[in-house]
Amino acid sequence: MTKTIDAKGLYYRQLNDKVQKAVAEGAQKIVLTNVNGQRYIGTRVSGPVEIEINGVPGNDLGAYMNGSTVIVRDNGQDAIGNTMNSGKIVVHGHAGDVLGYAMRGGKLFIRGDVGYRVGIHMKEYEDNIPVIVVGGTAGSFLGEYMAGGILVVLGLDRKPGRPLTGDYLGTGMHGGVIYVRGRVDQTLLGREVAVFELDEADNQILGTCLNEYCNDLGIDYEEVFKENFVKLIPVSHRPYGNLYTPA
Amino acid sequence: MDKVFPRIPSGCAISGIMNKKGKRIPGTDIIKSIALMHDRSNGLGGGFAAYGIYPEFKDHYALHVFYDSLNDRVTAEDFINEHFNVDTSELIHTRKVKSITNPPLIWRYFVQPKKNRLLNSELTEDEYVVRCVMKINSSYKGAYIFSSGKNMGAFKGVGFPEDIGEFYRLEEYQGYIWTAHGRFPTNTPGWWGGAHPFTLLDWSIVHNGEISSYHANARFLEMFGYKCTLQTDTEAITYIFDYLMRKQGLPLELAIAVVAAPLWKEIDRMDTGRRELYRALRTAYSSLLINGPFSIILGTANGMVALNDRIKLRSLAAATKGDFLYVASEESAIREICPDPENIWIPRGGEPVIGMLEGVNSIL
Repeated sequence: MTKTIDAKGLYYRQLNDKVQKAVAEGAQKIVLTNVNGQRYIGTRVSGPVEIEINGVPGNDLGAYMNGSTVIVRDNGQDAIGNTMNSGKIVVHGHAGDVLGYAMRGGKLFIRGDVGYRVGIHMKEYEDNIPVIVVGGTAGSFLGEYMAGGILVVLGLDRKPGRPLTGDYLGTGMHGGVIYVRGRVDQTLLGREVAVFELDEADNQILGTCLNEYCNDLGIDYEEVFKENFVKLIPVSHRPYGNLYTPA
Repeated sequence: MDKVFPRIPSGCAISGIMNKKGKRIPGTDIIKSIALMHDRSNGLGGGFAAYGIYPEFKDHYALHVFYDSLNDRVTAEDFINEHFNVDTSELIHTRKVKSITNPPLIWRYFVQPKKNRLLNSELTEDEYVVRCVMKINSSYKGAYIFSSGKNMGAFKGVGFPEDIGEFYRLEEYQGYIWTAHGRFPTNTPGWWGGAHPFTLLDWSIVHNGEISSYHANARFLEMFGYKCTLQTDTEAITYIFDYLMRKQGLPLELAIAVVAAPLWKEIDRMDTGRRELYRALRTAYSSLLINGPFSIILGTANGMVALNDRIKLRSLAAATKGDFLYVASEESAIREICPDPENIWIPRGGEPVIGMLEGVNSIL
C-alpha cells in the first residue's frame, strides 16, 4: 500500500505524526511531497517501510533510523543518518555536514558533494557495518575518529581544482576503512592513517557497495571503476587506549 | 529594555537576499525565509538589516535608537541635537504583536553632522558619526544607537524573527539587500540591544556561532576607539570589518584572510608571494583572527558577503537565480522563497560568497 502525504506548510511534528500513522495503517511506501526543511523524517519509523521525499528534508533525516529506506529526490541538509542503526538513505543531490555521525549500521548513499565531518565516530560490531558512499567530493575531517565501517569517496563530476577531500582526513581513525577514487594528497592525511593499495578482499567489498550504489542512483558502474582506488586504514590500534590509564 | 534574561544554551539562524541590479523588494521574503528556521532560535532575539529603504533621505545618516525611558531620550537628544542637524525625528512605526512584550521606545532620526563641529573635529564625516555613536552607547544610560548608516537600517528586538518583522512592519519597506537573524543566545543575555544585526555606519552583521576570541578582539579594537558595549561577541565582528576595511583600507579578500585566516600549515604550502602576504597579515592582525564557530552575513551598501569559519563549524548554503543571490543557514530556507534556483551550493569553510551590486568594484 502506498500513501502520499503533502508536507506543504506542515511543522515537522505534524508531518512525522502523519508518517507514523500511515505506517500504523499498514503503508509500505510513503511518498512525501512538498517537503521543505522538516526535521527528523524517518526517525520514528522502524522496519521495512520506504519513504520517498520530494523536496529538501530538514536536519537529522533518518536519525536513529532502524531498518527503513529513505529516498530523497532532491538535496539533503546536515546530520543525515545521525546514529543510524540499520536501513538505507539515498540522496539524489548533495548534502551537508556531519552525515552519518556515529552511524552503527545501514547505508547512506549521496549522489553529489558532502560537507564537513562526514562519517565521524562511525563504528561497527559483528555484522553491523555501516557504509557511506559519497558521489562527489567531501569536506575536511572526513572519517575523523572513525572506529569501524566503510566510507567511499568517488569524486564524480568534479570541477577542476576542487579537491577530492578536505584536510584532516581520517584523523584519529582507529577502525574501518576509507576508499578514495583517485589520488590522496598526503599533506591532508591525519597522523593515524596511511594509504594502501586495494587487495582482493577490498575489491570484493567495494564492488558490492558500488554495485548497489550505482544501481540506486543510475550511475555507470564500469565507468566508476575506470579510475584507480586507494584505501586508507589506521596504522595504529586504539591510539587513545592509554590516555587516562597507564599501559 | 530589561537586560536580565536567563542563559539558555544552543544555535541561531541567518538568511540574506540581494538583488545585484539594486531592484528593491519588500521585507516579506526575508521574513518567510528566516521563519522557516524557527526552531534554530528561541524567541530571545530576532532582527533584520535592509539596504535601500530610505531613498528620500539617502544623504542622511539614519539613526535608529532604543531608549529605556522618555528621560533617557531627552538626555540623549541633547547630545544628538548638539552634534547633528536633525532633519526628521520620529517614532519608528510598529504594530502590536502579541508575543513582543515590553519594547523600548524606538526612535529614528535622519541627521547630518553639524558643519562647524565636523570641521573643528578634523575627522572624516564617517569617523565623526562613529565617535558620536560610541559616545551615546557607552556614556548615555538607557540609550542605544543600533543603526547609523545611510539609506539602510536595522530592525531588531527580543522575540522570534518573524514576529519582529511583523512588529516593525517590514512588508512596508523596500530594500535591495535584506539580511535576517533568529537568535538563540548562548553566553550573553537576550535583550533588545543584543539582538542581531549589529551595525555601524553601513556595515551590518548577522552571526550564527560564538566567538571564543571575543576578549582578544575587543581589547585590540578598544585601542582604536571602538567600545564593545552591547554584551555580545557579534558586535566585535562589525567593528573588525570597519577597522580593517574603512580605516586600514584592506580589500575584502585580505580582510577575510585576517578574520578567517588559513591555518599556518596551509600558509606554508602557498607560493612565496602569497605566503609572505598571509604571514604578514596573520602577524600584523593576529588579534583580529576570529576564533570559534561562525557563519556570518556581512551587509554593506554595495553588497553582501557570507562567510564561515575556516573549519566550518556552522552551516551555510548559497544560491543564485537571475539577479538574486541567496544565502542561509539551511538550504530549505532558500528554497522556501526560491524553489528552483539556477545554482545552489554549500560553501567550504573560509570560502566567502560575495555578492556585489552591478557597477561597483568594491564592497565598501
